[in-house]
Amino acid sequence: MSDTGIGARVVRKEDNRFLTGRGKYCDDINLANQTYAYFVRSPHAHAKIVKINAKKAEKSPGVVAVLTGADLAEDGLGGLICGWSINNKDGSPMKAGAHPALATDKVRHVGDHVAVVIGESLAEARAGAELVDVKYKELDAVVEVGKARKRGMPRVHDEIAKNTCYEWAIGEKDATDKAFAKADHVTKLNITNNRLVANPMEPRVALGSYEPAEEHFTLYTTSQNPHVARLILSAFIGMAPENKLRVIAPDVGGGFGSKIFVYAEETVCLWASKRIGGRPVKWTSDRSEAFLCDAHGRDHETTAELALDKDGKILGLRAHTTANMGAYLSTFASAVPTYLYATLLSGQYNIANIYAEVDAVYTHTAPVDAYRGAGRPEACFVVERLLEVAARETGVDPAELRRRNFVREFPHQTPVIMCYDTGDFDASLDMAMEMADYKGFEDRRKKAARQGKLRGIGFSNYIEACGIAPSAAVGSLGAGVGLWESAEVRVNPVGTVEVLTGSHSHGQGHETTFAQLVSDRLGIPLEQVSIVHGDTDKVQMGMGTYGSRSGAVGMTAISKAIDKVEAKARKIASHLMEASESDVEFSGGNFTVKGTDKSLAFGEVALAAYVAHNMPEDTEPGLKEGAFHDPSNFTFPAGCHICEVEIDAETGVTKIVKWTAVDDFGKIINPMIVEGQVHGGIAQGVGQALTEACIYDPDSGQLITGSFMDYCMPRADDLPSYDLGFTETACPSNPLGVKGCGEAGAIAAPAAVINAVTDALGTEDISMPATPNKVWNAIQANAKQAAE
Amino acid sequence: MPIVTMNVNGKDVSGDVEGRTLLVEFLRENLSLTGTHVGCDTSQCGACVVHVDGKAVKSCSTLALSAEGAKVTTIEGVARNGELHPMQAAFKANHGLQCGFCTPGMVMAGLDIVKRRGKKLKEETIRAELEGNICRCTGYHNIVKSIQDGASKM
Repeated sequence: MSDTGIGARVVRKEDNRFLTGRGKYCDDINLANQTYAYFVRSPHAHAKIVKINAKKAEKSPGVVAVLTGADLAEDGLGGLICGWSINNKDGSPMKAGAHPALATDKVRHVGDHVAVVIGESLAEARAGAELVDVKYKELDAVVEVGKARKRGMPRVHDEIAKNTCYEWAIGEKDATDKAFAKADHVTKLNITNNRLVANPMEPRVALGSYEPAEEHFTLYTTSQNPHVARLILSAFIGMAPENKLRVIAPDVGGGFGSKIFVYAEETVCLWASKRIGGRPVKWTSDRSEAFLCDAHGRDHETTAELALDKDGKILGLRAHTTANMGAYLSTFASAVPTYLYATLLSGQYNIANIYAEVDAVYTHTAPVDAYRGAGRPEACFVVERLLEVAARETGVDPAELRRRNFVREFPHQTPVIMCYDTGDFDASLDMAMEMADYKGFEDRRKKAARQGKLRGIGFSNYIEACGIAPSAAVGSLGAGVGLWESAEVRVNPVGTVEVLTGSHSHGQGHETTFAQLVSDRLGIPLEQVSIVHGDTDKVQMGMGTYGSRSGAVGMTAISKAIDKVEAKARKIASHLMEASESDVEFSGGNFTVKGTDKSLAFGEVALAAYVAHNMPEDTEPGLKEGAFHDPSNFTFPAGCHICEVEIDAETGVTKIVKWTAVDDFGKIINPMIVEGQVHGGIAQGVGQALTEACIYDPDSGQLITGSFMDYCMPRADDLPSYDLGFTETACPSNPLGVKGCGEAGAIAAPAAVINAVTDALGTEDISMPATPNKVWNAIQANAKQAAE
Repeated sequence: MPIVTMNVNGKDVSGDVEGRTLLVEFLRENLSLTGTHVGCDTSQCGACVVHVDGKAVKSCSTLALSAEGAKVTTIEGVARNGELHPMQAAFKANHGLQCGFCTPGMVMAGLDIVKRRGKKLKEETIRAELEGNICRCTGYHNIVKSIQDGASKM
């Protein structure tokens, strides 16, 4: 292994600019003659818009324009779309309510977009917005997922009965019911998967600019997938043909899913620039707006059952989930509680019979879509809570119950679409138990008890499906696009390399990891490789970064392009050295002829390709190759996380005293970056389990948790350090053997925490987040029950 | 409009501001020092931390005029002669940053912690001292390591 190649712990190439304050985020970009947008948002959860009077606002100093949904409609722009169609159990398509970028008839959640005020300065736009007089007729609202389908509830979309987007099912109902009828033990749980806000530290930004002379639009925006944004803005919203629309996503400060989607603001800023004659229009979200309007995550109510025989073998799993979509279907919302969720309900286990029903409902809340893990954390939580509780109910050690049911033969076809390609679940469990000193736990529990502390331990043996490809497979499940990835490897005449990738880095360190691959393969120093991404004018069409796909799909595309570069360079080198291609070897950046001292460096061959004075017959000059990669399967990262907690019975405060994570990500390109991804994922999962909850007032529909003062983001002192280990089964569906690591921690962590907390408390009845208040009340209830 | 004058990263600067102009706005918009970030509107996240007369402050809740005559250091003024400061170098060596958005605030907070609590820092001390800085990417593990490492090398 070289110092900079695959497997090396290389410090990041991108770090210097971030560490010296020279990153280039969207809000750092300002264009000449720029204006500022401020959105007038609904103060109500549900109301009819009676009248919008903008006269005063238009006369306010520095106001350039006030635009409404009527103006949008006048220009014939389409509404925002959901790109994944789900069919109901009866085969009919889901019901998607109209989603105009600016509301026309009704507002459907607090923060819904009503008008935009364009000003010479942000302060003037904001002052103008205060003067926009919107007359509303307030209507009743429903915000809770469990209430949306109940009789008498107000409709979010007039034409959609029972607020039901779809009623979907997967698996064999009859067979599963039969398995349950034979069961010796059934474990049943009611589970709430709490609603979360992604909260990347950089709020969203849209800076739209229209050039009248060329009829050309440019959008700078905080996107995880600028090409997909362009596609949607062009083909569906009708902004402009793709060749007249450039989307640039420069340095992006975290995404976690929330920056995949095309929102109202980027649509409106882009359009507004044309509307006002071509002056650029900039909108920078403040954190309050992010809470109101960024797509939220999770928000499921689930009833789940696990059937076991007398030996602890799982006979079947049944689940019914109601998933909150919010007021409108966001870009990929419909896929999250279906194909990204229920297809993972087999966990790491051999379960012959699974049946799951998912009802997706509209409520008067912000749209809900993918958030780190997207469906898979919800699935893992269901499966791993069921396993842990079943173990407790049947008196079997939780690790042992898992072992009795592990999948050990691969490929393994589950009853819910997924075909697991490889894995070794015993290996990760063994290593994690050793690292966590599971054997010593009971002693630690006793010791803690002597100090008045409740100690608990919890497992989470997760599996996820990553890459969100192959295209044909996702297409057959309703995806409106293919989910392949593209790359172009441009070798310059002096042998330096630019890689143009359709993936997008917003913290993942692609500039380093991808360069490691090139350095490893072409034998050139890391410094001579640049990674280009995030600009539709520079980079060929690509699908972007989400679903832990940039390694498995994006890097494989690069690898395939390198194959082609190498093949052409070999041909040229063979010609120059007057040897047959089969006698030429390539290693360490040098082409050599077997059994001779003839040698040409990669850079020399590159120069020869561009000088082109002496090329092989039928070979074009230049050295630049592109590739698209569409994988043959999802990838299946899996592992075992063990959380150990200590609860202060006096205060109800849960402290995580030890975190052990053993993950199988296949081959690892840069262990330092992978560890960082695991740390961050765990932190978000712990946040879900212990501190975070997005709460709407059930009566008024107002967002209660609208700032970092109310929504408890995990801080440094809420979290532990993490002990990480890795096992490796190489992924067979890509040449690099990589599986993906971005979401693992967020998927595994919530179940591990809650399994530990419930173990400590001796009660299963704790919902996320397990705040000190809830935990303290549970301790009091236990004490009261014991006294009675 | 009033004129504010201060010394930023060793340079005397002045500019027209409104009474309500925040220090972060002055830095980002008047001086184009865009390394100082705004991540929230409630003074919670710490992406905007700069040093004013040697003390860490949140520039999102400081009026520009209140820094009249002050000596301000932003993230752009931490590295010297093109060399990363030991605290910055420690963040790089320990992978203490991912998306980089909270990073300027974390580095400025880290320097302030060292100033107040010394170069030998316990993990618990750093975690408690970081209560005013939020990171969503790293889970803090490597930020804590970075500050500990950076402190020891200052």
